[in-house]
Amino acid sequence: MRGEAVGITGRILVRDIKKGFAKDGGRLDVVGGISFAVDDGEIVGIVGPSGCGKSTLIRIIAGFDRPDEGQVLVDDLVQKGPSAKGIVISQQGSVFPWLTVRQNLMFGLNQGSEREKAELADHYTALVGLKGFEKSYPHELSGGMLKRVEIARALVVKPEILYMDEPFSALDALMNLRLRIELLRILEKERHTVVLITHDVEEALHLSDRILVLSPRPTRIQATFEVPFPHPRKLTSPEIQTLKSSILSELGI
Amino acid sequence: MHRVRKILSPVALISVLLAAWWIVVARGDGAIFPTPWQVVQGTRELIADGTLVGHISASLMRVGAGFLLATLLAVPLGLWMGRVDAVYDTLNPIFQILRPISPIAWIPIAILWLGVGNAAPIFLIFIAAIFPMIVQTAAGVHTIEQRYLQAAENFGVSRAKLFRQVVFPAVLPQIIVGMRISLGVGWLVVVAAEMIALRSGLGYLIIDSRNAGNRYDLVVSGMVIIGLIGLLLDGLMRLLEGLKSVRWRYAR
Repeated sequence: MRGEAVGITGRILVRDIKKGFAKDGGRLDVVGGISFAVDDGEIVGIVGPSGCGKSTLIRIIAGFDRPDEGQVLVDDLVQKGPSAKGIVISQQGSVFPWLTVRQNLMFGLNQGSEREKAELADHYTALVGLKGFEKSYPHELSGGMLKRVEIARALVVKPEILYMDEPFSALDALMNLRLRIELLRILEKERHTVVLITHDVEEALHLSDRILVLSPRPTRIQATFEVPFPHPRKLTSPEIQTLKSSILSELGI
Repeated sequence: MHRVRKILSPVALISVLLAAWWIVVARGDGAIFPTPWQVVQGTRELIADGTLVGHISASLMRVGAGFLLATLLAVPLGLWMGRVDAVYDTLNPIFQILRPISPIAWIPIAILWLGVGNAAPIFLIFIAAIFPMIVQTAAGVHTIEQRYLQAAENFGVSRAKLFRQVVFPAVLPQIIVGMRISLGVGWLVVVAAEMIALRSGLGYLIIDSRNAGNRYDLVVSGMVIIGLIGLLLDGLMRLLEGLKSVRWRYAR
Protein backbone atom coordinates (compact mmCIF):
# COMPACT_ATOMS: atom_id res chain seq x y z
CA MET A 1 0.00 0.00 0.00
CA ARG A 2 2.30 2.71 -1.27
CA GLY A 3 -0.12 5.55 -0.53
CA GLU A 4 0.05 5.08 3.19
CA ALA A 5 3.79 5.28 3.42
CA VAL A 6 5.06 8.73 4.34
CA GLY A 7 8.35 9.94 3.02
CA ILE A 8 8.25 8.26 -0.35
CA THR A 9 8.53 10.44 -3.41
CA GLY A 10 5.73 11.40 -5.72
CA ARG A 11 4.36 14.29 -7.67
CA ILE A 12 2.00 15.19 -4.85
CA LEU A 13 2.83 14.36 -1.26
CA VAL A 14 0.17 14.81 1.36
CA ARG A 15 1.77 14.67 4.78
CA ASP A 16 -0.41 14.09 7.80
CA ILE A 17 -2.77 17.00 7.22
CA LYS A 18 -5.38 17.96 9.77
CA LYS A 19 -8.05 20.59 9.50
CA GLY A 20 -10.85 21.73 11.77
CA PHE A 21 -13.28 24.58 11.92
CA ALA A 22 -14.67 26.59 14.80
CA LYS A 23 -18.32 25.77 15.25
CA ASP A 24 -20.83 26.89 17.89
CA GLY A 25 -18.01 27.78 20.26
CA GLY A 26 -16.55 24.31 19.89
CA ARG A 27 -14.34 22.76 17.30
CA LEU A 28 -15.30 20.58 14.42
CA ASP A 29 -12.50 18.32 13.26
CA VAL A 30 -12.97 17.66 9.58
CA VAL A 31 -9.73 16.18 8.32
CA GLY A 32 -8.14 13.97 10.95
CA GLY A 33 -4.67 13.22 9.69
CA ILE A 34 -4.29 12.11 6.08
CA SER A 35 -1.14 11.06 4.24
CA PHE A 36 -0.74 9.75 0.74
CA ALA A 37 1.29 10.25 -2.41
CA VAL A 38 0.26 10.60 -6.03
CA ASP A 39 2.69 9.59 -8.73
CA ASP A 40 3.23 11.44 -11.96
CA GLY A 41 0.47 10.61 -14.41
CA GLU A 42 -1.49 8.68 -11.83
CA ILE A 43 -5.23 9.02 -11.32
CA VAL A 44 -6.13 8.72 -7.67
CA GLY A 45 -9.77 8.46 -6.75
CA ILE A 46 -10.90 9.46 -3.28
CA VAL A 47 -14.30 8.21 -2.18
CA GLY A 48 -16.05 8.74 1.11
CA PRO A 49 -19.46 9.25 2.69
CA SER A 50 -21.10 12.65 2.09
CA GLY A 51 -20.02 15.35 4.49
CA CYS A 52 -16.85 13.49 5.44
CA GLY A 53 -14.59 16.36 4.44
CA LYS A 54 -13.65 15.31 0.92
CA SER A 55 -14.08 18.81 -0.44
CA THR A 56 -12.07 20.33 2.40
CA LEU A 57 -9.33 17.85 1.64
CA ILE A 58 -9.10 18.68 -2.04
CA ARG A 59 -9.25 22.41 -1.34
CA ILE A 60 -6.22 21.98 0.89
CA ILE A 61 -4.37 19.87 -1.67
CA ALA A 62 -5.13 22.39 -4.43
CA GLY A 63 -3.85 25.24 -2.25
CA PHE A 64 -7.12 27.09 -1.60
CA ASP A 65 -7.07 26.27 2.12
CA ARG A 66 -4.30 25.84 4.66
CA PRO A 67 -4.15 22.72 6.79
CA ASP A 68 -3.97 23.25 10.56
CA GLU A 69 -1.22 20.65 10.71
CA GLY A 70 0.86 18.82 8.15
CA GLN A 71 1.70 19.96 4.66
CA VAL A 72 1.14 19.29 1.01
CA LEU A 73 4.12 19.10 -1.32
CA VAL A 74 3.78 19.40 -5.05
CA ASP A 75 7.01 18.57 -6.88
CA ASP A 76 8.90 18.90 -3.59
CA LEU A 77 7.60 22.40 -2.92
CA VAL A 78 5.19 23.18 -0.10
CA GLN A 79 1.81 24.12 -1.50
CA LYS A 80 1.26 27.73 -0.50
CA GLY A 81 -1.58 28.70 -2.76
CA PRO A 82 -3.38 27.81 -5.95
CA SER A 83 -1.55 28.05 -9.25
CA ALA A 84 -2.09 27.15 -12.87
CA LYS A 85 0.04 24.09 -12.29
CA GLY A 86 -3.02 22.39 -10.83
CA ILE A 87 -6.48 23.36 -12.01
CA VAL A 88 -9.64 22.63 -10.03
CA ILE A 89 -12.72 21.30 -11.78
CA SER A 90 -15.66 21.30 -9.41
CA GLN A 91 -19.22 20.09 -9.35
CA GLN A 92 -20.82 23.51 -9.57
CA GLY A 93 -18.51 24.58 -12.38
CA SER A 94 -16.89 27.95 -12.85
CA VAL A 95 -17.08 28.66 -16.56
CA PHE A 96 -17.50 32.44 -16.77
CA PRO A 97 -21.02 33.08 -18.05
CA TRP A 98 -20.09 36.49 -19.42
CA LEU A 99 -17.41 35.17 -21.76
CA THR A 100 -17.85 33.09 -24.89
CA VAL A 101 -16.43 29.58 -25.03
CA ARG A 102 -13.35 30.85 -26.84
CA GLN A 103 -12.85 33.72 -24.39
CA ASN A 104 -13.21 31.31 -21.48
CA LEU A 105 -10.49 29.10 -22.88
CA MET A 106 -8.27 32.06 -23.63
CA PHE A 107 -8.69 33.40 -20.10
CA GLY A 108 -5.87 31.42 -18.53
CA LEU A 109 -3.46 31.94 -21.42
CA ASN A 110 -0.98 34.63 -20.57
CA GLN A 111 1.47 34.23 -23.40
CA GLY A 112 1.41 34.61 -27.13
CA SER A 113 -0.53 36.82 -29.49
CA GLU A 114 -4.31 36.96 -29.47
CA ARG A 115 -4.35 34.87 -32.61
CA GLU A 116 -2.16 32.17 -31.15
CA LYS A 117 -4.30 32.09 -28.02
CA ALA A 118 -7.47 31.80 -30.06
CA GLU A 119 -5.99 28.97 -32.14
CA LEU A 120 -4.95 27.07 -29.05
CA ALA A 121 -8.36 27.66 -27.50
CA ASP A 122 -10.14 26.40 -30.59
CA HIS A 123 -7.92 23.34 -30.71
CA TYR A 124 -9.01 22.35 -27.21
CA THR A 125 -12.62 23.24 -27.94
CA ALA A 126 -12.48 20.72 -30.75
CA LEU A 127 -10.72 18.22 -28.52
CA VAL A 128 -13.70 18.13 -26.15
CA GLY A 129 -16.10 17.87 -29.08
CA LEU A 130 -17.41 21.41 -29.11
CA LYS A 131 -16.20 22.52 -32.52
CA GLY A 132 -18.60 25.14 -33.82
CA PHE A 133 -19.46 26.50 -30.38
CA GLU A 134 -16.43 28.78 -30.00
CA LYS A 135 -18.55 31.91 -30.08
CA SER A 136 -21.41 30.59 -27.96
CA TYR A 137 -22.12 31.91 -24.51
CA PRO A 138 -22.42 29.42 -21.64
CA HIS A 139 -26.14 30.05 -21.19
CA GLU A 140 -26.64 28.76 -24.70
CA LEU A 141 -25.04 25.40 -23.81
CA SER A 142 -26.32 22.35 -21.95
CA GLY A 143 -24.90 21.13 -18.65
CA GLY A 144 -22.79 18.47 -20.32
CA MET A 145 -21.39 20.93 -22.83
CA LEU A 146 -20.54 23.35 -20.04
CA LYS A 147 -18.59 20.63 -18.29
CA ARG A 148 -16.66 20.03 -21.49
CA VAL A 149 -15.85 23.73 -21.67
CA GLU A 150 -14.59 23.61 -18.13
CA ILE A 151 -12.38 20.62 -18.87
CA ALA A 152 -11.07 22.28 -22.02
CA ARG A 153 -10.39 25.53 -20.16
CA ALA A 154 -8.36 23.57 -17.63
CA LEU A 155 -6.43 21.58 -20.23
CA VAL A 156 -5.58 24.52 -22.46
CA VAL A 157 -3.21 25.97 -19.86
CA LYS A 158 -1.37 22.62 -19.83
CA PRO A 159 -1.68 22.03 -16.10
CA GLU A 160 0.32 19.15 -14.75
CA ILE A 161 -2.38 18.28 -12.26
CA LEU A 162 -6.16 18.23 -12.36
CA TYR A 163 -8.05 18.44 -9.10
CA MET A 164 -11.51 17.13 -9.78
CA ASP A 165 -14.09 17.65 -7.05
CA GLU A 166 -17.21 15.67 -7.92
CA PRO A 167 -16.75 16.86 -11.48
CA PHE A 168 -19.69 15.07 -13.06
CA SER A 169 -22.10 14.83 -10.13
CA ALA A 170 -24.44 17.50 -11.42
CA LEU A 171 -24.97 15.64 -14.70
CA ASP A 172 -27.45 12.92 -15.50
CA ALA A 173 -26.20 9.33 -15.45
CA LEU A 174 -25.79 9.03 -19.20
CA MET A 175 -23.91 12.29 -19.60
CA ASN A 176 -21.79 11.39 -16.59
CA LEU A 177 -20.73 8.16 -18.27
CA ARG A 178 -20.15 9.84 -21.60
CA LEU A 179 -17.90 12.49 -20.08
CA ARG A 180 -15.90 9.93 -18.15
CA ILE A 181 -15.13 8.15 -21.42
CA GLU A 182 -14.21 11.50 -23.01
CA LEU A 183 -11.98 12.37 -20.09
CA LEU A 184 -10.16 9.04 -20.32
CA ARG A 185 -9.67 9.54 -24.04
CA ILE A 186 -8.14 12.97 -23.41
CA LEU A 187 -6.01 11.82 -20.48
CA GLU A 188 -4.66 9.07 -22.67
CA LYS A 189 -3.13 11.76 -24.86
CA GLU A 190 -2.10 14.32 -22.25
CA ARG A 191 -1.14 12.18 -19.24
CA HIS A 192 -2.11 14.50 -16.44
CA THR A 193 -1.84 13.65 -12.80
CA VAL A 194 -5.37 13.58 -11.41
CA VAL A 195 -6.84 13.73 -7.93
CA LEU A 196 -10.49 12.85 -8.22
CA ILE A 197 -12.95 13.31 -5.37
CA THR A 198 -16.24 11.55 -5.76
CA HIS A 199 -19.02 9.84 -3.85
CA ASP A 200 -19.72 7.65 -6.85
CA VAL A 201 -17.79 4.39 -6.42
CA GLU A 202 -18.43 3.36 -9.99
CA GLU A 203 -17.04 6.64 -11.30
CA ALA A 204 -13.93 6.12 -9.18
CA LEU A 205 -13.56 2.55 -10.47
CA HIS A 206 -13.97 3.70 -14.03
CA LEU A 207 -11.31 6.39 -13.89
CA SER A 208 -8.80 5.69 -11.14
CA ASP A 209 -5.55 3.78 -10.94
CA ARG A 210 -5.95 3.68 -7.19
CA ILE A 211 -8.85 4.40 -4.85
CA LEU A 212 -8.61 5.78 -1.32
CA VAL A 213 -11.64 5.21 0.88
CA LEU A 214 -12.18 7.87 3.51
CA SER A 215 -13.80 7.36 6.90
CA PRO A 216 -16.55 9.60 8.31
CA ARG A 217 -15.51 12.88 9.98
CA PRO A 218 -12.84 13.56 11.16
CA THR A 219 -11.81 11.81 8.02
CA ARG A 220 -8.85 9.46 7.63
CA ILE A 221 -7.85 6.99 4.96
CA GLN A 222 -9.71 3.85 5.86
CA ALA A 223 -8.58 1.64 3.02
CA THR A 224 -6.68 1.76 -0.25
CA PHE A 225 -7.49 -0.25 -3.37
CA GLU A 226 -5.40 -0.69 -6.48
CA VAL A 227 -7.42 -0.75 -9.69
CA PRO A 228 -5.04 -2.61 -12.00
CA PHE A 229 -7.36 -2.92 -14.98
CA PRO A 230 -6.47 -1.53 -18.40
CA HIS A 231 -8.69 0.92 -20.23
CA PRO A 232 -11.26 0.75 -21.68
CA ARG A 233 -12.75 -0.85 -18.61
CA LYS A 234 -15.89 -2.86 -18.61
CA LEU A 235 -17.67 -1.83 -15.44
CA THR A 236 -19.82 -4.94 -15.41
CA SER A 237 -16.83 -7.29 -15.41
CA PRO A 238 -16.67 -9.68 -12.42
CA GLU A 239 -13.33 -8.30 -11.21
CA ILE A 240 -14.59 -4.73 -11.09
CA GLN A 241 -17.85 -5.81 -9.49
CA THR A 242 -15.92 -7.66 -6.77
CA LEU A 243 -13.79 -4.60 -6.15
CA LYS A 244 -16.90 -2.48 -6.04
CA SER A 245 -18.40 -4.71 -3.35
CA SER A 246 -15.24 -4.46 -1.28
CA ILE A 247 -15.21 -0.69 -1.50
CA LEU A 248 -18.91 -0.44 -0.70
CA SER A 249 -18.47 -2.68 2.31
CA GLU A 250 -15.69 -0.32 3.53
CA LEU A 251 -18.28 2.42 3.24
CA GLY A 252 -20.65 0.33 5.34
CA ILE A 253 -23.00 -0.71 2.56
CA MET B 1 -52.09 35.10 -27.72
CA HIS B 2 -49.97 36.39 -24.87
CA ARG B 3 -48.33 39.03 -27.05
CA VAL B 4 -51.64 40.18 -28.45
CA ARG B 5 -53.01 40.56 -24.93
CA LYS B 6 -49.91 42.41 -23.81
CA ILE B 7 -50.57 45.07 -26.41
CA LEU B 8 -54.35 45.01 -26.63
CA SER B 9 -55.23 45.18 -22.94
CA PRO B 10 -53.32 48.37 -22.13
CA VAL B 11 -54.49 50.00 -25.36
CA ALA B 12 -58.07 49.14 -24.46
CA LEU B 13 -57.67 50.55 -20.96
CA ILE B 14 -56.12 53.76 -22.24
CA SER B 15 -58.97 54.16 -24.72
CA VAL B 16 -61.53 53.77 -21.95
CA LEU B 17 -59.74 56.31 -19.77
CA LEU B 18 -59.51 58.78 -22.67
CA ALA B 19 -63.19 58.36 -23.38
CA ALA B 20 -64.07 58.89 -19.72
CA TRP B 21 -61.89 62.00 -19.63
CA TRP B 22 -63.53 63.35 -22.74
CA ILE B 23 -67.07 62.72 -21.46
CA VAL B 24 -66.42 64.23 -18.05
CA VAL B 25 -64.84 67.38 -19.50
CA ALA B 26 -67.49 67.78 -22.23
CA ARG B 27 -70.33 67.54 -19.72
CA GLY B 28 -68.82 69.84 -17.19
CA ASP B 29 -68.98 73.60 -17.54
CA GLY B 30 -65.41 74.43 -16.50
CA ALA B 31 -63.76 75.86 -19.58
CA ILE B 32 -60.16 75.52 -18.30
CA PHE B 33 -59.53 71.79 -18.40
CA PRO B 34 -59.00 70.58 -21.98
CA THR B 35 -60.51 67.61 -23.78
CA PRO B 36 -58.15 65.04 -25.32
CA TRP B 37 -58.73 66.59 -28.72
CA GLN B 38 -57.72 70.01 -27.46
CA VAL B 39 -54.54 68.46 -26.13
CA VAL B 40 -53.81 66.98 -29.54
CA GLN B 41 -54.46 70.38 -31.16
CA GLY B 42 -52.18 72.05 -28.66
CA THR B 43 -49.46 69.53 -29.36
CA ARG B 44 -49.74 70.12 -33.09
CA GLU B 45 -49.39 73.83 -32.42
CA LEU B 46 -46.18 73.18 -30.47
CA ILE B 47 -44.82 70.98 -33.23
CA ALA B 48 -45.76 73.49 -35.91
CA ASP B 49 -43.98 76.46 -34.33
CA GLY B 50 -40.95 74.34 -33.57
CA THR B 51 -40.85 74.96 -29.84
CA LEU B 52 -41.54 71.34 -28.86
CA VAL B 53 -38.35 69.99 -30.43
CA GLY B 54 -36.41 72.70 -28.63
CA HIS B 55 -37.92 71.85 -25.26
CA ILE B 56 -37.40 68.11 -25.69
CA SER B 57 -33.80 68.45 -26.80
CA ALA B 58 -33.04 70.87 -23.95
CA SER B 59 -34.38 68.41 -21.39
CA LEU B 60 -32.65 65.44 -22.99
CA MET B 61 -29.36 67.31 -23.17
CA ARG B 62 -29.50 68.10 -19.44
CA VAL B 63 -30.40 64.55 -18.50
CA GLY B 64 -27.71 63.20 -20.81
CA ALA B 65 -25.02 65.41 -19.31
CA GLY B 66 -25.96 64.77 -15.67
CA PHE B 67 -26.40 61.05 -16.25
CA LEU B 68 -23.08 60.74 -18.07
CA LEU B 69 -21.19 62.57 -15.34
CA ALA B 70 -22.86 60.41 -12.70
CA THR B 71 -21.99 57.20 -14.58
CA LEU B 72 -18.36 58.21 -15.06
CA LEU B 73 -17.99 58.77 -11.32
CA ALA B 74 -20.36 56.15 -9.89
CA VAL B 75 -19.08 53.08 -11.71
CA PRO B 76 -15.39 53.35 -10.74
CA LEU B 77 -16.38 54.44 -7.24
CA GLY B 78 -18.83 51.57 -6.84
CA LEU B 79 -16.27 49.07 -8.08
CA TRP B 80 -13.66 50.43 -5.71
CA MET B 81 -16.09 50.30 -2.79
CA GLY B 82 -17.07 46.79 -3.70
CA ARG B 83 -13.51 45.53 -3.85
CA VAL B 84 -11.98 47.35 -0.90
CA ASP B 85 -13.84 46.98 2.38
CA ALA B 86 -12.12 49.95 4.01
CA VAL B 87 -13.35 52.21 1.22
CA TYR B 88 -16.84 50.79 1.55
CA ASP B 89 -16.90 51.27 5.30
CA THR B 90 -15.71 54.84 4.94
CA LEU B 91 -17.94 56.03 2.12
CA ASN B 92 -21.10 54.01 2.51
CA PRO B 93 -22.46 55.83 5.61
CA ILE B 94 -22.10 59.18 3.86
CA PHE B 95 -23.93 57.92 0.80
CA GLN B 96 -26.64 56.39 2.93
CA ILE B 97 -27.25 59.79 4.51
CA LEU B 98 -27.17 61.68 1.20
CA ARG B 99 -29.25 59.17 -0.72
CA PRO B 100 -32.65 59.73 0.93
CA ILE B 101 -32.44 63.50 0.41
CA SER B 102 -34.70 64.20 -2.55
CA PRO B 103 -32.88 65.96 -5.38
CA ILE B 104 -35.71 68.50 -5.26
CA ALA B 105 -34.40 69.55 -1.86
CA TRP B 106 -31.13 70.48 -3.53
CA ILE B 107 -32.81 73.00 -5.86
CA PRO B 108 -32.22 76.09 -3.71
CA ILE B 109 -28.59 75.17 -3.17
CA ALA B 110 -28.12 74.34 -6.84
CA ILE B 111 -29.43 77.75 -7.82
CA LEU B 112 -27.34 79.45 -5.16
CA TRP B 113 -24.15 77.75 -6.31
CA LEU B 114 -24.70 77.45 -10.01
CA GLY B 115 -27.23 80.11 -10.94
CA VAL B 116 -30.18 79.55 -13.24
CA GLY B 117 -28.31 78.30 -16.28
CA ASN B 118 -27.90 74.73 -17.47
CA ALA B 119 -25.46 73.85 -14.71
CA ALA B 120 -28.06 73.73 -11.92
CA PRO B 121 -30.38 71.12 -13.47
CA ILE B 122 -27.41 69.08 -14.66
CA PHE B 123 -26.11 69.09 -11.11
CA LEU B 124 -29.50 68.00 -9.79
CA ILE B 125 -29.65 65.10 -12.24
CA PHE B 126 -26.14 64.17 -11.29
CA ILE B 127 -27.14 64.10 -7.60
CA ALA B 128 -30.22 62.04 -8.38
CA ALA B 129 -28.45 59.60 -10.66
CA ILE B 130 -25.22 58.90 -8.87
CA PHE B 131 -26.42 57.14 -5.73
CA PRO B 132 -28.45 54.32 -7.24
CA MET B 133 -25.53 53.50 -9.52
CA ILE B 134 -22.98 53.49 -6.73
CA VAL B 135 -25.17 51.28 -4.57
CA GLN B 136 -25.95 48.83 -7.38
CA THR B 137 -22.34 48.61 -8.52
CA ALA B 138 -20.92 48.03 -5.06
CA ALA B 139 -23.63 45.46 -4.31
CA GLY B 140 -22.84 43.82 -7.63
CA VAL B 141 -19.19 43.38 -6.67
CA HIS B 142 -20.21 41.89 -3.35
CA THR B 143 -22.42 39.31 -5.01
CA ILE B 144 -19.80 37.95 -7.42
CA GLU B 145 -19.80 34.25 -6.74
CA GLN B 146 -16.71 32.89 -5.02
CA ARG B 147 -16.33 30.10 -7.55
CA TYR B 148 -15.57 32.60 -10.30
CA LEU B 149 -13.02 34.52 -8.23
CA GLN B 150 -11.40 31.25 -7.23
CA ALA B 151 -11.22 30.06 -10.81
CA ALA B 152 -9.52 33.32 -11.72
CA GLU B 153 -7.11 32.88 -8.82
CA ASN B 154 -6.44 29.32 -9.96
CA PHE B 155 -5.35 30.46 -13.41
CA GLY B 156 -3.03 33.03 -11.87
CA VAL B 157 -3.94 35.98 -14.04
CA SER B 158 -2.81 39.56 -13.55
CA ARG B 159 -4.87 42.04 -11.56
CA ALA B 160 -5.69 43.97 -14.69
CA LYS B 161 -7.00 40.85 -16.39
CA LEU B 162 -8.92 39.82 -13.30
CA PHE B 163 -10.60 43.17 -13.32
CA ARG B 164 -11.24 43.35 -17.04
CA GLN B 165 -12.43 39.80 -17.58
CA VAL B 166 -13.95 38.81 -14.26
CA VAL B 167 -14.89 41.62 -11.88
CA PHE B 168 -16.19 44.16 -14.37
CA PRO B 169 -18.19 41.79 -16.61
CA ALA B 170 -19.55 40.03 -13.54
CA VAL B 171 -20.89 43.33 -12.20
CA LEU B 172 -21.97 44.76 -15.55
CA PRO B 173 -25.55 43.46 -15.32
CA GLN B 174 -25.95 45.19 -11.95
CA ILE B 175 -24.38 48.36 -13.34
CA ILE B 176 -26.93 48.33 -16.13
CA VAL B 177 -29.75 47.96 -13.60
CA GLY B 178 -28.28 50.92 -11.70
CA MET B 179 -28.08 52.94 -14.91
CA ARG B 180 -31.69 52.18 -15.68
CA ILE B 181 -32.85 53.32 -12.26
CA SER B 182 -30.64 56.39 -12.46
CA LEU B 183 -31.84 57.46 -15.86
CA GLY B 184 -35.44 57.14 -14.68
CA VAL B 185 -34.77 59.24 -11.61
CA GLY B 186 -32.79 61.73 -13.67
CA TRP B 187 -35.68 62.22 -16.07
CA LEU B 188 -38.00 62.71 -13.11
CA VAL B 189 -35.75 65.39 -11.71
CA VAL B 190 -34.97 67.34 -14.88
CA VAL B 191 -38.62 68.24 -15.31
CA ALA B 192 -38.89 69.35 -11.69
CA ALA B 193 -35.70 71.38 -11.98
CA GLU B 194 -36.85 73.12 -15.13
CA MET B 195 -40.03 74.22 -13.44
CA ILE B 196 -38.04 76.46 -11.14
CA ALA B 197 -35.84 78.35 -13.51
CA LEU B 198 -34.63 78.46 -17.09
CA ARG B 199 -36.32 79.29 -20.35
CA SER B 200 -36.38 75.92 -22.00
CA GLY B 201 -37.19 72.29 -21.37
CA LEU B 202 -40.38 70.33 -20.86
CA GLY B 203 -40.67 71.42 -17.22
CA TYR B 204 -40.44 75.04 -18.29
CA LEU B 205 -43.03 74.37 -21.01
CA ILE B 206 -45.53 73.18 -18.42
CA ILE B 207 -45.08 76.07 -15.99
CA ASP B 208 -44.90 78.66 -18.75
CA SER B 209 -48.06 77.37 -20.41
CA ARG B 210 -49.95 77.76 -17.17
CA ASN B 211 -48.52 81.20 -16.36
CA ALA B 212 -48.98 82.56 -19.87
CA GLY B 213 -52.72 82.30 -20.20
CA ASN B 214 -53.81 79.08 -18.53
CA ARG B 215 -53.02 76.93 -21.56
CA TYR B 216 -53.88 73.67 -19.82
CA ASP B 217 -53.98 71.88 -23.15
CA LEU B 218 -50.24 72.52 -23.41
CA VAL B 219 -49.72 71.55 -19.76
CA VAL B 220 -51.29 68.16 -20.35
CA SER B 221 -49.49 67.82 -23.66
CA GLY B 222 -46.17 68.41 -21.87
CA MET B 223 -47.06 65.80 -19.25
CA VAL B 224 -47.91 63.18 -21.83
CA ILE B 225 -44.71 63.84 -23.76
CA ILE B 226 -42.67 63.52 -20.56
CA GLY B 227 -44.29 60.17 -19.89
CA LEU B 228 -43.69 58.89 -23.40
CA ILE B 229 -40.05 59.95 -23.44
CA GLY B 230 -39.55 58.35 -20.03
CA LEU B 231 -40.91 55.12 -21.46
CA LEU B 232 -38.58 55.43 -24.44
CA LEU B 233 -35.52 56.01 -22.25
CA ASP B 234 -36.37 52.97 -20.15
CA GLY B 235 -36.78 50.97 -23.35
CA LEU B 236 -33.32 52.03 -24.47
CA MET B 237 -31.80 50.89 -21.20
CA ARG B 238 -33.65 47.62 -21.53
CA LEU B 239 -31.91 47.07 -24.84
CA LEU B 240 -28.63 47.01 -22.89
CA GLU B 241 -30.02 44.17 -20.81
CA GLY B 242 -30.34 42.18 -24.01
CA LEU B 243 -26.57 42.20 -24.66
CA LYS B 244 -25.31 38.66 -24.88
CA SER B 245 -22.55 39.18 -22.35
CA VAL B 246 -25.00 40.22 -19.62
CA ARG B 247 -28.01 38.08 -20.39
CA TRP B 248 -26.84 35.25 -18.13
CA ARG B 249 -27.75 37.37 -15.16
CA TYR B 250 -31.29 38.26 -16.12
CA ALA B 251 -32.21 34.90 -17.58
CA ARG B 252 -32.53 33.34 -14.16
